[in-house]
Amino acid sequence: MRIGILCSRIRVEEKILFETMEKRGLPFEQIDDRTVIFDMQHNGWGKYDVVLERCINHSRALYALRILDDWGVPTVNTYLVADTCGNKLLTTSALIRDGIPSPRTLVAFTPESALEAIERLGYPVVLKPAVGSWGRLLSKLNDREAAEAVLEHKEVLGTYQHSIFYIQEYIRKPGRDIRAFVVGNETICAIYRNAEHWITNTARGGVASNCPVTPELNALCAAAGRAVGGGVVAVDVLEDPDRGFLVNEVNYTMEFRNSIAPTGVDIPGRVIDFLVKVADEGWEAANGWRPTTTATTPTDKAARIP
Amino acid sequence: MTATCPECDAEIILTGKVLVGEIVTCPECGTELEVIDLNPPQLDLAPQEEEDWGE
Repeated sequence: MRIGILCSRIRVEEKILFETMEKRGLPFEQIDDRTVIFDMQHNGWGKYDVVLERCINHSRALYALRILDDWGVPTVNTYLVADTCGNKLLTTSALIRDGIPSPRTLVAFTPESALEAIERLGYPVVLKPAVGSWGRLLSKLNDREAAEAVLEHKEVLGTYQHSIFYIQEYIRKPGRDIRAFVVGNETICAIYRNAEHWITNTARGGVASNCPVTPELNALCAAAGRAVGGGVVAVDVLEDPDRGFLVNEVNYTMEFRNSIAPTGVDIPGRVIDFLVKVADEGWEAANGWRPTTTATTPTDKAARIP
Repeated sequence: MTATCPECDAEIILTGKVLVGEIVTCPECGTELEVIDLNPPQLDLAPQEEEDWGE
């Protein structure tokens, strides 16, 4: 088996994944996305049985996965998953399509209609860039004056993408949210991210502790994973005092350094298990969408351009 | 293994298993640096965070 790992910045997660593969004797090649050239008419990646995408840039991940998927090179995750998870608007739309509870969300395309949407939702609201991560540029708007100021700033200072206004109701969560790790059709573990601030990302100082995976949480997060296309994802869940669990976001190149110790689960090991299964049996079997086979499926291999 | 900080010229000791592409922080000036070579160890300023960075 030959594994390619597409990445640039080597985070703690990439180091742990490399170590896990070395321990298992799995041959892999580190591919720096800053040096890659895709000759789109000629698939030079057919030598890989599977490619693990660990780019830090969403755009690079997205386009690389699209090319690899179209070439028939198995990837973790797929273009569909990256495209859906990398854009909060698309994620929310997929969750709603599959009947998964999520915070009420309105979308508008001009500052004027965005202000109307905000007032319709009622203060406070949360304004988020459709594409973004690590809790950056999230705005909690408590009144009309704040809303008008932020909308003007976005229109004047931001790129066009900041004029796609993604407006969400503010959930009065209990000083924490939940991050659940989903591999295929199973929620393998979860953490609480505790923070006094309303933004609970561990990248912003949220503190991790173990969250028991109840049957309800498992089912919800597995369904959220399926809604965005399956694979290895991290599902962010809010606890609403009245409605219970609400799926907020889904991440497709998950960071897990702070979650191994509190959960006691070998997250990188489970990622590599999934990777190997995709290489051996294909995406659908790895996700548990069809029965497991012991041989490589002809459809997966046949689609690959030599 | 040691390398020099390109920002403040401090000598930085690289411990453990070091990989090309790994990010280290200069203990003297706090600058984020990327390991760009191991033979010999060489550091450069790490790329700045971009709008589409994330997980």
